[in-house]
Amino acid sequence: MSAIVLPSYDDVVERYEPVVGLETHVELGTNTKMFCGCPTDFGGEPNTRTCPVCLGLPGSLPVANKAAIEATIRIGLALNCSIADWCRFARKNYFYPDMPKNFQISQYDEPLCVDGYLDVEVQGKTVRIGIERVHMEEDTGKSLHVGGATGRIHGATESLVDYNRAGIPLVEIVTKPIPGTGALAPETARAYVTELRDVLRSLGVSDVRMEEGSLRCDVNTSLNLPGDEWGTRTETKNVNSLRSVERAVRSEMLRQAALLDAGTKIIQETRHFQEDTGGTRPGRSKETATDYRYFPEPDLVPIAPDRAWVAELKAALPELPRVHRQRLQEQWGLSDLDMQSVLNAGAVELIEQTVAAGTTPASARKWWLGELSRRANEAGVDLAAIGATPAQVAELQRLVDEGKLNDKLARTVLEGVAAGEGSPTEIMAARGLGVVSDTGALTAAVDEAIAANPDIAAKIREGKLAAAGALVGAVMKTTRGQADAKTVRDLILTRLS
Amino acid sequence: MSDVTRMTATEVAALVAGGEASAVEVTRAHLDRIAEVDDRVHAFLHVDTEGALAAARDVDARRAAGEPLGPLAGVPVAVKDVLTTRGVPTTAGSKILENWRPPYDSTIVTRLRAAGTVPIGKTNMDEFAMGSSTEYSAYGPTNNPWDLGRIPGGSGGGSAAALAAYEAPLAIGSDTGGSIRQPGAVTGTVGAKPTYGGTSRYGLIAFSSSLDTPGPCARTVEDAALLHAVIGGHDPRDSTSIPAPVPDVVAAARLGATGDLTGVRLGIVTQFSGEGAEPGVLAAFRESVDTLTKLGAEVVEVSCPHFEYALPAYYLIAPSECSSNLARFDGVRFGLRVGDDGVKSLEEVMSLTRDQGFGPEVKRRIILGTYALSSGYYDAYYGQAQKVRTLITRDFTAAFEQVDVLISPTTPFVAFPFGSRTGDPYQMYLADLYTIPTNLYGGPAISVPCGLSEGLPVGLQIMAPTMADDRMYRVAAALESAVGTFTPPAL
Repeated sequence: MSAIVLPSYDDVVERYEPVVGLETHVELGTNTKMFCGCPTDFGGEPNTRTCPVCLGLPGSLPVANKAAIEATIRIGLALNCSIADWCRFARKNYFYPDMPKNFQISQYDEPLCVDGYLDVEVQGKTVRIGIERVHMEEDTGKSLHVGGATGRIHGATESLVDYNRAGIPLVEIVTKPIPGTGALAPETARAYVTELRDVLRSLGVSDVRMEEGSLRCDVNTSLNLPGDEWGTRTETKNVNSLRSVERAVRSEMLRQAALLDAGTKIIQETRHFQEDTGGTRPGRSKETATDYRYFPEPDLVPIAPDRAWVAELKAALPELPRVHRQRLQEQWGLSDLDMQSVLNAGAVELIEQTVAAGTTPASARKWWLGELSRRANEAGVDLAAIGATPAQVAELQRLVDEGKLNDKLARTVLEGVAAGEGSPTEIMAARGLGVVSDTGALTAAVDEAIAANPDIAAKIREGKLAAAGALVGAVMKTTRGQADAKTVRDLILTRLS
Repeated sequence: MSDVTRMTATEVAALVAGGEASAVEVTRAHLDRIAEVDDRVHAFLHVDTEGALAAARDVDARRAAGEPLGPLAGVPVAVKDVLTTRGVPTTAGSKILENWRPPYDSTIVTRLRAAGTVPIGKTNMDEFAMGSSTEYSAYGPTNNPWDLGRIPGGSGGGSAAALAAYEAPLAIGSDTGGSIRQPGAVTGTVGAKPTYGGTSRYGLIAFSSSLDTPGPCARTVEDAALLHAVIGGHDPRDSTSIPAPVPDVVAAARLGATGDLTGVRLGIVTQFSGEGAEPGVLAAFRESVDTLTKLGAEVVEVSCPHFEYALPAYYLIAPSECSSNLARFDGVRFGLRVGDDGVKSLEEVMSLTRDQGFGPEVKRRIILGTYALSSGYYDAYYGQAQKVRTLITRDFTAAFEQVDVLISPTTPFVAFPFGSRTGDPYQMYLADLYTIPTNLYGGPAISVPCGLSEGLPVGLQIMAPTMADDRMYRVAAALESAVGTFTPPAL
């Protein structure tokens, strides 16, 4: 295919309407696999976390993991879905070298959760994303290609298969097509995956680590002319970062617009996202698509979740991130803009925990968005990885409130906390950083300052009390900032009255 | 001691329990019998001499230690080669699993061991249990001990022949469309298909998951019931296993053996009136009906209008499931691998392996099933077959509102000579005409010898409602008490 000249993004969204749709796979954080008792921990010596069932040995049979069913129902409820009274697993028949049975147990026309939605914020506006279905399936193993230069199958002398991942429970969450987002289609896709990730995390059903593949997205994109029917979609597989979700939509919009401009039909195909270029390259086209020959899985009995159980699970859902954020914003008295900066800094939980440890929201926010954010930026790490805990920050603020630390000293103590030297109190003691408010010890310093600055002392005696600040500064300097400013000021005024 | 190989399992167990014979002696007697006759019968694909003697020694040690022994302790049992046995070859009658030694025991085998029975070897079968004559075994056919030129039934011909040849007093079979009952009928032995889900499929190499049912084979009804009680019951490893206790089949068999069937209502299915069945089979069946009536049973005719569609529905459902179940045999992880020369692609290796590893009947059914499930044909074939299945289930439900059990001949014909039906798959499929409806329904059924036709055994089938396995044992034992057992000519 000859190189195509891409139009500008603004030009594309002016002339075409994008429709996106997302299929998200999430590895559930259950202790055991979907259909057997093998552990699900990430990594491990190849093929040590396997048994006849997840290896698909002749005669072995699957038994559905109740914890996985429960997690899926909770996800469905959090996404406002209806939970099926009765549903079944199906077999998806296709060959894949690292799929032990050469069919995948999945759900086809009878998913566990259907027809829900998720509200997400896109540039200050709420967009309701329809959820088509949430269903369960099992993961495959992993192939390792040995002997070649690239680690890919091309040029490899042999291929090895690790089945540790085979049978890990997966949930697939499929959105309905999302039209009407216009130029914000890429941001909407990203906002959806971000919100979904937060919801899944709040449910505690997955560690939702995109970089480890425990959350991965297939992104569907199509373009149509205004007033026309939706265009032919392409599916970009296994996009594994939030940024890539956004980039994948954008690059597909540009690529498809160029083709449509040239009068070329879009073919329905799967494409692969390329991290380096941000573009996509073709995978399998529909012409050669596998016939999956779905049929109800005869080795498993249907699932009929007890209604009372579903109601219990619903009642026990945690507060979902969006509601939670709104409540916190209200409690903390923050403007939308201020809340946005808290969100952008990834500081919601940290501030929340600091407040829970006995600090005012304003103080907590001051530390996390101020000194600690600055340090995190400098170090290039997440705020949560800065090395200070909410409890330590709360302790620091308490020391300030009690007058044992002033602002400057507190920042120095924080440096020690981040360096792992201990708690604020310990660091204060170890470094001798406490505020000195003992008048006996300060009187000498005050007298010294008065003696060294006769002009200023004279002004104060004349009643120009504002001049006292200069003497306070001098005392602070000689006491290395450890003096209590108010005590010093009182002493100066007493001396010079 | 008289010849222990001629005894029933009940008698053998009593001998061992009473200390009149050790389990090792019993086992050796059967191993000797196998050595004596199996080159002519070919019931076994693998005789596990070491394993059997070890199991027997264990029983003897437990007896010596005063431990309580189960009712079948020390009794040899032949296991159809479709059930995994740890460390012992398990081939499902296929080249594709030649020499495969599973790393785990099937639940049935686990229970056999726990009960103190002595698994003595693996019996021959049609490849992947597909066939009605054991002629489709990749390892050569089994010969019917009644006439070595005739088929022993299928797919469990090896298990049935092992009983009829006195190589083992008990055997395990699996029944997908009649593979326990049909061999039982043509070898003059007893074969029971339990309620689907009443026996565990864990470790049973799948042919058609929604139909496959492991079950007991024996020379008497009581022995079959005792074995049924040992292997039956809920298994958490099999999701389709029924979480309820096995009906008391042993008590039912003993009750039946008193020969009284007063108040029992038997139904004869109108649609099984005998079209296509051999006159000798029909004569033996009618005579048995008379016998049962004399024992006090009431016989009525019931209509099951959809039974005539059972065979076509079965031959869509079973191949569909098998096409998926057999996908795992790809030469990658276990069993045969052909063409792995470092040059051929994965697809080529897989293709060569399957071409050489699978026999003609297996290939036929995989192709049939793949077609029936393919998009565009699913609704017309698999979907329709499932609807027929529902209608057949309704026929059974309606029938069991009128009668306690249904009876029929087990097979339309007695054991046929080798090669007489292999040329025409449909003629072969007809062998399971009477047995298939029960598999589609899921209820239990048993075949019990009821007479002879031209010197060859004829079986009577008794079908019961799901989880009413006890009923069929009662009727079977009553018939057995009236007509006796049938002994093949000396080999």
